[in-house]
Amino acid sequence: MSDPNEILKGLYDETLVGNAPRVLELTEEGLAAGMEPQSLLFEALIPSLEEVGARFERGDFFVPEMLIAGRAMAGAMERLRPLLAETGVETVGTFLMGTVKGDVHDIGKNLVNIMLEGAGFEVIDLGVQVAPEKFIAAIEEHKPDIVGFSAFLTTTMPMFKANMNALEKAGLRDQVIVMVGGAPVTQEYADAVGADGYAADASACVKRAKDLIEQKRAKVPA
Amino acid sequence: MVARRGWPVVVHPLPPLLHNQPHLIADEVRGLATALLLTHERVAVAYADCGTYGALDAVCAELGIRMLPGLHCYDLFAGESRLAAYLDDEPGTYLFTDFLVRSFERTVVRELGLDRWPELAEDYFRHYTRVVWLAQEPTDDLRARAEAAAARMALPLTVVETGDGRLERALEALLA
Ligand code: B12
Repeated sequence: MSDPNEILKGLYDETLVGNAPRVLELTEEGLAAGMEPQSLLFEALIPSLEEVGARFERGDFFVPEMLIAGRAMAGAMERLRPLLAETGVETVGTFLMGTVKGDVHDIGKNLVNIMLEGAGFEVIDLGVQVAPEKFIAAIEEHKPDIVGFSAFLTTTMPMFKANMNALEKAGLRDQVIVMVGGAPVTQEYADAVGADGYAADASACVKRAKDLIEQKRAKVPA
Repeated sequence: MVARRGWPVVVHPLPPLLHNQPHLIADEVRGLATALLLTHERVAVAYADCGTYGALDAVCAELGIRMLPGLHCYDLFAGESRLAAYLDDEPGTYLFTDFLVRSFERTVVRELGLDRWPELAEDYFRHYTRVVWLAQEPTDDLRARAEAAAARMALPLTVVETGDGRLERALEALLA
């Protein structure tokens, strides 16, 4: 197959059903046919994962369907990442992400990471059970534009506040945008802990993250 | 338990798999409870918060009915502080109850798609370090099943015999 439209359609459809080997094959075919990595990403892979998210919201997909699609897209990203870097497109921003201390739920976080990366963010993932000190050290080291806290349990949501306090104490609060998310988190909760942004799903997170960075850059004279 | 104690109660269950889509629980409870209130003197909800993050509390307040305390069934079997200690000691603790052990194939394996995509086990359980079974009535059969289920997750199993006394007392208080 070397018709670009067919490749894009194939990539979209096979990502939707999580057929990772086929997605990788089609990615190779697309590249061999001279297609731009960006085109594969923005015209097939990302729209497909967005559709997966929409189906999840509607209740047509459950967690495994979402995971398997995320895996397929991640496989293609592995292949495209170095090529995208080569094209010299400037990163949108740096996003430091982690699941808070005491919590090991990470499916939602990982999906957000894939979408952020697809959208041109440099993502640094600290993994799960990230203690406030570890967030602070990583912020000092990487100086990200945004730090994201993910939490899923009633008992670990209070770690958002603990992380915010640690940021204040380290004098870093003004230097980094804070976003929070996870199944139990709401806009009200995000406001209550003093976060700058919240998003209910991965696509919304990408959009909100871009807006927040733009707002911040508009405020700070270059 | 209702039969054992001879409580004058009719149990109307909702599908347990709702726990995997907890945003649906509050509305389902509202629907069922509203219907039951037309024909029954009293209605009580034998759910804890169960991942509704307060939404079920709000529905119960709205309907003027009561529900069980706690975050989830694990609290009601083990007690809140003991459960918190297990998770504190090892955040990568996955909990079993007799129900989960008995229904493991359906509620865990099938729901999480491990029957169709066994490779997803890695995505789900990568960060887990042990299974703690809060055992209510650990028969030999259940023990064997719990062992098999934990082995399927490639995790060591710890058995804690909690019984169901706490749940029974919580239900008693709910009915008082
Ligand atoms: C899958 C799942 C699991 C998997 C987790 C695997 C993993 N590696 O993460 C497994 C089966 C292992 C698991 C374990 C447990 N779970 Co669980 N789990 C779920 C379930 C069904 C889905 C969560 C999920 O992954 N959703 C899919 C993703 C894509 O959606 P999402 O998480 O909401 O993420 C999106 C957004 O929130 C957002 N987002 C996420 N992070 C971030 C971060 C930022 C910065 C932003 C902006 C946005 C954002 O974008 C994401 C993508 O769109 C939920 C119920 C539910 N439907 O929410 C229960 C649930 C969260 N679990 C629960 C419980 C109780 C447990 C256990 C204690 C059960 C047990 N038997 O031991 C253990 C946890 C033990 C522990 N030590 O942590 C409860 C929590 C209740 C509570 N009050 O705290 C829930 C609500 C189920 C319930 N009704 O009881 N669980």
